[in-house]
Amino acid sequence: MPIDKVWVLAEVGDNGPTPVTLELLTEARAVASTVEAVAWGADVASLAGPLGEYGASTVHDIGDLGGALPGVPVAAAIAALAQGGNAPDAILMPATYDGRDVAGRLSAKLDRPVLTNVTGLVEVDGGLASQHPVFGGSHIVTARFTGAGPGIFVIRAKSFAAEPSGGAAAAVVPAAVPDVAATNTARIVERHVEERSGPKLDEAAVVVSGGRGLGDAANYALIEELAKLLHGAAGASRAIVDAGWVPYSHQVGQTGKTVKPTVYMACGISGATQHLVGMKGSKNIIAINKDQEAPIFSVADLGIVGDVHKVLPALIEALKAKS
Amino acid sequence: MNVVVCVKQIPDPAAPGALKPDTNTLDRSGKLIMDDSDNYGVEMALQLASGEGDEVTLVSMAPGGETSGLRTGLAMGAAKAILVSDDALAGSDALGTAKVLAAAIGRANPDLVVMATESTDGYTGTLPVQVAELMGLPSVTFAKAISVDGGSVKVERQTEAGYDEVVCPMPAVVTVTAGVVEPRYPSFKGIMAAKSKPVDNLTIADLGIDASQVGAAGAGQLITDVSEAEARSGGEIVVDEGDGAQRVVAFLEQLKVV
Repeated sequence: MPIDKVWVLAEVGDNGPTPVTLELLTEARAVASTVEAVAWGADVASLAGPLGEYGASTVHDIGDLGGALPGVPVAAAIAALAQGGNAPDAILMPATYDGRDVAGRLSAKLDRPVLTNVTGLVEVDGGLASQHPVFGGSHIVTARFTGAGPGIFVIRAKSFAAEPSGGAAAAVVPAAVPDVAATNTARIVERHVEERSGPKLDEAAVVVSGGRGLGDAANYALIEELAKLLHGAAGASRAIVDAGWVPYSHQVGQTGKTVKPTVYMACGISGATQHLVGMKGSKNIIAINKDQEAPIFSVADLGIVGDVHKVLPALIEALKAKS
Repeated sequence: MNVVVCVKQIPDPAAPGALKPDTNTLDRSGKLIMDDSDNYGVEMALQLASGEGDEVTLVSMAPGGETSGLRTGLAMGAAKAILVSDDALAGSDALGTAKVLAAAIGRANPDLVVMATESTDGYTGTLPVQVAELMGLPSVTFAKAISVDGGSVKVERQTEAGYDEVVCPMPAVVTVTAGVVEPRYPSFKGIMAAKSKPVDNLTIADLGIDASQVGAAGAGQLITDVSEAEARSGGEIVVDEGDGAQRVVAFLEQLKVV
C-alpha cells in the first residue's frame, strides 16, 4: 500500500452513490489501508450501507447545504477536517461539475495543488502518483505531489471498475461547515431536468455521436434515429456543441462525458484530442468520415471513408429492414 | 459595471503539441494565440457590459510580454488589458497561476469575473475556482447562460441531469462553457483600434508576489514520467463504394448488437 489513508468525495444520485463514487472507493482500497468517504445531503446516513459495501469505514457527513452550491461549504468542511489533525494522505474527487468546484476551493484553502484528469493511480518512490492522458491519449504523463499535505486528485469517470468489498456499513460522523458566509452566497433557486429518452449517455451499451461533418444542425436527427434503432444514446463532438446544435449534456470528450460503450459510432467526427480522450476506451469503435486522414480512424476498429449523408440514411434503412 | 475576463494565450492547438524534454511541461515557445475557449467569455463579457460606463478588462499571464492573443480580445471590444509576465512564472502549476491572476484581477476592481471552464491546452479546469477562493469571492461554474439583475448574477449552470438556475450576489466569478454565445469576429476597425489600447505590463514584484510562491519553485507537483500509451490495434479502414452501410451492419451483427 503506497499510503495509509485516503478520503473519497462521495456524490449521490437518484439511486444512492453515483457510479464514479463507487469506482473511486474501489480504487482507494487498492492504494490505501484506510478509506473514508465525505458526503453531503439531507440523508447521508442512508449511504452508510452502500459506501461501506465499497470499502469506506467512515463517512464524514457534512449535512444538507440548504440550496448552496457545494463547492464552498464542502471544501471548507473538508479543509477543517484535514486541518483538525486527522488529514489523509490523498483526497480523491470525481471529475464532475461539483467535484471540480470542491477540488479548486480546497486546493486554495490548503495551499496544495490539484492533479486533474487522472485516469490511473500508481506507486512511485513509495508514494502515490497519478496518470494523465495527454495529446488525445497518445501519451501518458505520470505526476506526483511534492511537499507536505494531502494530495488532491480529480479523477475521470470510468477510470476504474467498481467492485464491492462486502464491508460493513460505514460509521457516520458529522462534519461541521465552518463560517464561510462571505463566499457561500450562490444559491440554487430552481432545478431543471432535461428529459432524454433511452439510456443515459455514460451508461449506454451503444453510443452514436455526430460531429461537424453532419454539415447542418438538422442532420443531427440522423444520429438520434440511429441511436434509437440501436437502443443506444446520442452523443456529440465539442464542435457541434460549441456551434449550438445540441446541448452541452450530449458532449463526449475532455470537457463532456467519458463513455466506454460496447460500440461507439463516430459520424462526421474528425477525432480531435478533445474528443478522443472521452471515447477511446470504448470496446469497439466505428468511424464514418469522408477524410481518410482524420485522426478518428487511428482508433477505429471499422472505418468507413465516406459521406455521412449517404452512409447514415442507408444504415438507418438497413437496420429498419432488419427490425 | 467592470467585467474582467481571463484570457489564456496558448500554442496553436492545430499545431502538434510537444513537451519540453527537461521539465516535461508543455512547450509554449512558439507563437501563442488566444485560446478558442476564451472567445465565449470575452463575448459574454462584452454583451453583459454594454451599458454606459461599463468596461471589459482582459487579464492574462504569459511569458515574454506576449500580447498577440490579448490583441484578439481587444479587437473584439475589450477596453484594456493587464498582462503579467515574469521569468519566475515558468513552470507554474494551476494554483500558482491562480495566485498571480487573483492579484492582477484585484487591480481592475471587478464586479464580475468571467473565465472559460477550462483551457484548451492544459485543461486543468480548477483555476477559476482557485482564483475565486483566493479573492474571497463566490463562484458559479459551468454557466450556459448569464444575466445580470441589479447586484446579482443569474446563471443557468450545467448539471448531470440538465441545469440549475443559480443566483449569486456580485462581485463573483463565473465560468462559461463553450457555445453559450456566438463570439463576434473582430472588425477591421476593431483590429486597428486594438493596437493602441492600453496593456498594463506587470511583474510579480508589482503584484507583491514572492518568486518562491510561483513558477517551478512554487509548484507542488512534479512530472515523473512520460510514456506512449498503448495504441489500439489497427482496424479495418475501407472506402465507401456504396456498401459502407452494409459493412457497418455486418460489424454490428458480428458483435451481436443487432
